Amino acid sequence: MSSLILGTAARLIVPGLMLFSLFLLLRGHDEPGGGFAGGLVAAAAVILVALAVGAPAARKLLIADAPVIVGLGLGLALASGLLAVLAGRPPLTGLWVELPLAADLTFKFGTPILFDIAVFLVVVGATTGIVLGLIQQPVPAHDGGED
Amino acid sequence: MILLFASLAGFIAAPLGMIAGRRPVPVALLLALVPAGLFALFAGLAANAGATGPGGYAESVPWVPSLGIHLAFRLDGLSLLFALLVSGIGALIIVYTGRYASAAMAGRLVPLLLAFMAAMLGLVLADNLLLLVVFWSLTSLTSFLLIGLERDKYAAIAAARQALLVTVAGELALLGGVVLLGQMAGTYSITGVIAAGDVIRADPLFPAAFFLVLAGAITKSAQAPFHFWLPNAMAAPAPVSAYLHSATMVQAGIYLLARLHPLFGPSPLWGDVLVPLGMVTLLLGGLLALGARDLKQVLAYSTVGALGLMVMLLGVGDDIAIKAAMVFLLAHACYKAALFLIVGTVDHEAGERDPDLLGGLGRAMPLTAAAGVLAALSMAGLPPFLGFAGKELLYEASLPAALDGAVAPLLVTAGAFLGSVAFVTVAVVAGVRPFLGAPTEAARRVHGEPLLLWLPPLVLAVAGAAFGLLLGPTGAAIVGPAVEAVAGRPVKVDLALWHGITPMLVLSGITIAAGVAVFAGRAGAFPVLRRLDAGERFGPERGYRGALAGLQRLALGSSRLLQNGNLRHYLLTTLATVVVLVGAALIRAVPATLPAFVDEGVGVHEITVSAVVIVGALMAARAESRIAAITGLGASGYGIALLFLMFGAPDLALTQVLIETLTLILFVLVFYHLPGFLNVTRARVRIRDAGIAVAAGTVMGLLVVAGLADPPQVPISGYFTETAYPLARARNVVNAILVDFRALDTLGEIVVVALAALGVLALLHGPLRRRREQEA
Repeated sequence: MSSLILGTAARLIVPGLMLFSLFLLLRGHDEPGGGFAGGLVAAAAVILVALAVGAPAARKLLIADAPVIVGLGLGLALASGLLAVLAGRPPLTGLWVELPLAADLTFKFGTPILFDIAVFLVVVGATTGIVLGLIQQPVPAHDGGED
Repeated sequence: MILLFASLAGFIAAPLGMIAGRRPVPVALLLALVPAGLFALFAGLAANAGATGPGGYAESVPWVPSLGIHLAFRLDGLSLLFALLVSGIGALIIVYTGRYASAAMAGRLVPLLLAFMAAMLGLVLADNLLLLVVFWSLTSLTSFLLIGLERDKYAAIAAARQALLVTVAGELALLGGVVLLGQMAGTYSITGVIAAGDVIRADPLFPAAFFLVLAGAITKSAQAPFHFWLPNAMAAPAPVSAYLHSATMVQAGIYLLARLHPLFGPSPLWGDVLVPLGMVTLLLGGLLALGARDLKQVLAYSTVGALGLMVMLLGVGDDIAIKAAMVFLLAHACYKAALFLIVGTVDHEAGERDPDLLGGLGRAMPLTAAAGVLAALSMAGLPPFLGFAGKELLYEASLPAALDGAVAPLLVTAGAFLGSVAFVTVAVVAGVRPFLGAPTEAARRVHGEPLLLWLPPLVLAVAGAAFGLLLGPTGAAIVGPAVEAVAGRPVKVDLALWHGITPMLVLSGITIAAGVAVFAGRAGAFPVLRRLDAGERFGPERGYRGALAGLQRLALGSSRLLQNGNLRHYLLTTLATVVVLVGAALIRAVPATLPAFVDEGVGVHEITVSAVVIVGALMAARAESRIAAITGLGASGYGIALLFLMFGAPDLALTQVLIETLTLILFVLVFYHLPGFLNVTRARVRIRDAGIAVAAGTVMGLLVVAGLADPPQVPISGYFTETAYPLARARNVVNAILVDFRALDTLGEIVVVALAALGVLALLHGPLRRRREQEA
């Protein structure tokens, strides 16, 4: 089901989608976006590659297997929550580091951002895993009725 | 921290026990030092830390302070008696296990025995009711694993499950009772609950709390009609029977009743329930012990009887009865554990447990025989053994009043007498008879007795004699403090073996004579007794089997109904449940006035988008093909996203658009694998589905209207808006809620997403791999 037009369009659009997903992920703390929405955009980009070019190319784009990405995400979520325990606070308490870079520019980083990245990874892994699994499924002979 | 460490030491040492799988004897000898060390620790605490004084030795470490659960431990007289028994007998049992069990079995037995010991110590040391329940569960669990140790034997597995289900059912009742007590007293501290006794006894729910706690105690301590699990638990190896099912775990119920005696004792319910219950169990256990064909069964039924006797004495509840209960408890633990070990040794060497096929073993195993006879003499209640002192006190608790003509004490005396006669007979059957007479075929197979198989029971039997000979110091150091803890006030305990010729002594003599007579004449009574045993097995145990089968049928039926594998059926069930539950709540909380419709200027675009949503939904419902249906649903979904955007929820709109897009892709991919609409459902089914769909939509709509009509006093949105930046450093409130305020919810959600994805992948890959294998 590969088509030349879709393939060419995908090659142009996918990098942009990927950047957009990271943008959504990182701005999410202050503007609309976040790990969930960002993860869905990234997954959509991967699925676009799978539909336009083929599932193997999409898998290459993902680098790791979908279950591995899901596992990494869950692990990161737990780790970001447990950092607070190490600091002697209840689990999942947000911890922040703020570095003033310039007069009106501050770099802030905290465990909630790690947590959002974890959500991103789980969403990407779960969505692409299911879709790629379905795409690579051999089509069965249609012999049964519905219901 | 000492008591916390003491109760956890066994858990820490347990993994080391697995090394016993390689070198059983040396490892067991080494690990026996753990309980032995704990025994020394408790003895030292008793001597130096005032554990035997009023209040005992207490310590507390906060665990879940918000729920009032503390790692609170208290070593007082009652705990000390049990802690010494658990650790002392534990050391002997582990030594014995190293020699008794095969290497492979020892590698599993020793860790579990150590873990059990830790749980049991925690149970008797805990000064917090919830902590006690935790350790109580751990003893049930280790008992389950120990009974079912031989996993290839069906009887062992069935017995393990039965013991677990019966004791855990009681445990749930106990938890309920404990929570009730905690609510009434305002504390879960055992000391605190006992101190609040007057408040608790005046509470209308007091009987409920009493019976719930009682249910826990009597299932654990195998009281009628829940006694059947204990004889079946004899499927476990001998050291387990000796340790858990005679000397310690089955005493946990006795411990609990004794511990809460100051609380429950003043209520008339206490004696009215416990005395008859204990007496029935005593007589039942004694009678069934006489008819059993297997020495372990004989001992198990006599243990049931002994537990009944202790419950009866606690039920009587005056000073003498408590003294009798505590002395009997100590004596029973020593001689019964010894007898179980001796039966194990005989079984190990001769391979036989039928009392009729054993005889003349004394020549080949003289030291085992010595241990057996000493234990039997204590069980039969001969001077100077501790068992004698126990029986004297037992009769003293009721006989004088009975001689004055009171009816209730007369019945108690009669029960105590009959039970004691049975104990004498059992003592002869299990401890004396196998070693006397001409050697049987089984006895001729025996070629010796290993040191580690006769020493532990001999130590226990000699301890029974030593406690009796040193009755004064035993009473002052061990029994007295325990009696004071049970009575809840100072009690003078001055034990002596010889009180002169008293009615008690005369009755004691008659008991022994009658017991020996029953032994001599029991062959004639066998047919009757054995039929009783068969009748017994079909008594309460049939109820257990019926309940178990019913539970399985219920599980099967509900699974068939709810998990029938049809996706549309799941959807139907879920929606119908939501409609019924939410609808019922809505009807009960229906707002008096519907919100006034405020016209904030509905523009053309709102109306257009709403129309798109409605048309899309109708199109999906009427569609003749899947693609048409999903397109309709997509139109509806994108329309809703637009509505979100119009009413100021950009995050929601963004997510909705993305989800709609991915759903569309997923559906298309799935449809690729499905046949077309081959058989469209019948009209009746469609009407039913339409009804449920309309109901679900109506309920959701009403829910929104109700929410608007009756806003909460202070909307939480204000709090989130104000605190998002100061608390979560976030300008996006939605994100602050997701990753900070409600991060735990999000964590739960991503776990669900991950599991769902893994489930789908497993479903997809299963058939795929199988197909590939078929092709290869």
